[in-house]
Amino acid sequence: MGEYVLEMNGITKIFPGVKALDNVSLKVRPGSVHALMGENGAGKSTLMKCLFGIYQEDAGEIILDGQTVKITSSKQALDLGISMIHQELHPIRYRPVMENIWLGRFPMRGIAVDKKAMIRETKKLFEEIDLNINPEVLAGTLSASNLQLVEIAKAVSYNSKIIIMDEPTSSLTDNETEHLFKIIRQLQSKGCAIIYISHKMEEILKIADEVTIMRDGQYVGTWPSTELTTDLIISRMVGRDLTNRFPQKDYTPGEEVVLRVKDLCSPLPKSFQHVNLELHRGEILGIGGLVGAQRTELVEAIFGLRAIASGTIEKDGKEIKIRKVADAKKNGIALLTEERRASGVFGILSVLDNTVIASQKDFARNGVLMQGKRYKAAKESNAQLNTKTPSMETLMQNLSGGNQQKVLFARWLLTHPDILILDEPTRGIDVGAKYEIYTIMQDLIHQGKSIIMISSEMPELLGMADRVMVMCEGRVTGVLDRKEADQISVMRLATKFVQ
Amino acid sequence: MDKQEKVIPRGKFAYTYIIFGIIVGIIGTLLQTAFYVKTLYDLPKLLWIVAAVFVIYGIVQIIKAPSIGTDVVLSPKSAKEFLTNNAIMLALMVLVIVIMFIEPRFMQIQVALDILTQSSVKLIVALGICFTLLIAGTDLSAGRMVGLAGVIAGSMLQTETYANRFFPGLPQLPLFVPILIAIVVCLLFGTLNGFLVAKYDMHPFIATLAVQVIVFGACSLYFDLPPNNSQPIGGIRPDYQALGQTKLFAFQIGTFRFDGISVLVPIAMVICAIIWFVLNKTVFGKNVYAIGGNREAAVVSGVNVFATIMGIFILAGGLYGIAGVLETARVAGAGNQYGNGYELDAIAACVVGGVSLNGGIGKIGGILSGVLIFTVIQYGLQFINVSPMWQQIIKGVIIAVAVAIDLSKYRRK
Repeated sequence: MGEYVLEMNGITKIFPGVKALDNVSLKVRPGSVHALMGENGAGKSTLMKCLFGIYQEDAGEIILDGQTVKITSSKQALDLGISMIHQELHPIRYRPVMENIWLGRFPMRGIAVDKKAMIRETKKLFEEIDLNINPEVLAGTLSASNLQLVEIAKAVSYNSKIIIMDEPTSSLTDNETEHLFKIIRQLQSKGCAIIYISHKMEEILKIADEVTIMRDGQYVGTWPSTELTTDLIISRMVGRDLTNRFPQKDYTPGEEVVLRVKDLCSPLPKSFQHVNLELHRGEILGIGGLVGAQRTELVEAIFGLRAIASGTIEKDGKEIKIRKVADAKKNGIALLTEERRASGVFGILSVLDNTVIASQKDFARNGVLMQGKRYKAAKESNAQLNTKTPSMETLMQNLSGGNQQKVLFARWLLTHPDILILDEPTRGIDVGAKYEIYTIMQDLIHQGKSIIMISSEMPELLGMADRVMVMCEGRVTGVLDRKEADQISVMRLATKFVQ
Repeated sequence: MDKQEKVIPRGKFAYTYIIFGIIVGIIGTLLQTAFYVKTLYDLPKLLWIVAAVFVIYGIVQIIKAPSIGTDVVLSPKSAKEFLTNNAIMLALMVLVIVIMFIEPRFMQIQVALDILTQSSVKLIVALGICFTLLIAGTDLSAGRMVGLAGVIAGSMLQTETYANRFFPGLPQLPLFVPILIAIVVCLLFGTLNGFLVAKYDMHPFIATLAVQVIVFGACSLYFDLPPNNSQPIGGIRPDYQALGQTKLFAFQIGTFRFDGISVLVPIAMVICAIIWFVLNKTVFGKNVYAIGGNREAAVVSGVNVFATIMGIFILAGGLYGIAGVLETARVAGAGNQYGNGYELDAIAACVVGGVSLNGGIGKIGGILSGVLIFTVIQYGLQFINVSPMWQQIIKGVIIAVAVAIDLSKYRRK
């Protein structure tokens, strides 16, 4: 075995109209954790998909253990000892966990699947990596973080030489991330190399041995992680120095309460209960908490997407009834959801249609659309937010995550809201675009709007919010002022009921 | 980049259409004047029509060039793309040319008009069904609703002197009354479809299957009422028949005779234009695309999903009703088995025309060509005496191949 277990040299991949990868190299040492970093759209996932046989490179070579290989399918990649944990999980929800793990390679007894062996093997696998999940429960009943851990177990079960982890911690809590790191160390000691993709700098610096940075489909360089700092990584990813990750705060929140939620309870006992909340005019109220703290459920209830058992919502001192989204819209409340792809964008529709969908009625007379007015409004709204799109007719799916998010902002601004609820507004958005989103948020505050922002990224929460409300297991555990809020105080409140 | 590539502004490229059209027109004129032989039948005139279509398309492209904005790229790759995008159309052209060689009589304007006439009712059904496909649903009750509307309208519009009248004592009603009743009944069943889908979140496949069975049962019960007792309905009133059989613009000059265009063609075209408008220019239409594109996102955007789905199935029901009324007028008869299987033909036509079963994708132009393709094939194959059994096989192969080609466009490696 040579110095490297894997060498990817001069990989180029061209999609219609875009050069997604341009002469990219990646060299991974056996038994090391190799972080792959870059903004969204830098080509990390594309490179990994080339390695995993989902795409075929147009030029370049892949050398595995000193042998040049041509990987044409995922099955071949697995056979060659490469496994991958995908960023988005696609479990078969109505089948047991174990079947999800052994799919395609069930243990057999004659012509029948050997269920007992499968249970045994799964238990053994879970024990190995210290995971406490019943192999026979349906995958759909697991939480997002448990599913992620199952997915990791599955990758481990292939006994691969190389495991690709694409954003494995995006739905994990800090404790679970620690658990994952333990598993990674264990794999490392067995000589397995890990290619680790993540946006979280702190994580990378902690776990990675080497870091390769990509930018706009090109190779920037590889450095040992000991030589890197967060700022260094960011400046190399962005290609410029980012002195400030957040815009300078240049406003003072008002005193007047625009939204007051009193004793709001969900009909589901495990969801949010007895929530009280006050939003002042011209402030950003952050909502912090762990995954599963029911923050999303709470704001979706305020927006009319979920049922409310009891409690009241007041806007500008008057009680309002919100039973459906139309009610929330009428009362000047807008929501940008957490899952941009699942419940935000219409990928196969144009930017124009995406922008005006929530305010169609303003651009129609007796149900007939006024094309000119519609086009003008969408164009202006997007120009204001600096959305980069070739034209208004471009399909939404061809925009980057950051630009899609801007279109969603444009969509909701056209409904003239007073209150914007942003659920993880910068998830999956690259560093440069994040800053732009923050600037947009501040501009909105300047226009006299108020913002509720759910964020699982601690720096974002502390950097942007004027006050931080923390939730744990469906209940509000505290509200912190900007001055008193820090990593430790928020974490303490977020884990109040967690043993 | 590629050396064999050539980029031409769209406005300029459009001139190729116009030039091509003019060449075709000249060939047509030469054939008509200098080289005319009788076995060419109406080929020159058909060429003129083709020429006109190309010229008009070219002009439209020039006018619209600024708003389309992109340039035309000529390269082996874009040529290949063109072939896959238009494979079905090209295959159809080859088929038509082959049929013309085997049977020159196919080259008659009358044949083209017959094809349009036969497509009309099918097109109306397909336009109804396309809405349900656009929200990733389907509608299996379409054919039975066509039959039901036909039976209802036919049963009340028989001549006074006909021996086996459905309602012997019924006075002669004004034409629009039974037609309206037939369409309203279909609207009601459409409402039932929509209610099951929208209210209970039932999959349209199963909801419309249930309604299909109910409609057929109801239609058969009605059809079996004494004194009719399930006998085919005949003796359709002439004024009602005229609705499906009138020929417009028929004339005769000397030996030249033009049989005219069936009234069904303009009716279908008007409905087609209305549906195009609804789909592209109204809030309702945009909401249909949105629900098909991403239902979750539509809910979050405050689209009234319930009302939209109800609207889709009610509108579809209305179109089936119109189709049924016209069908009975066209064939001058009705029975409970009429319309059976129309939904599958319509779905096939939509899918061949590029409507995605995953929802959100589909254009009226595509549906129109899908319907025409099937009629041309059916008519053409009959013309050269291919047995109906073989016709079925060919039809099936076309559906499979068309969809396979269509999907390969979206798959990228």
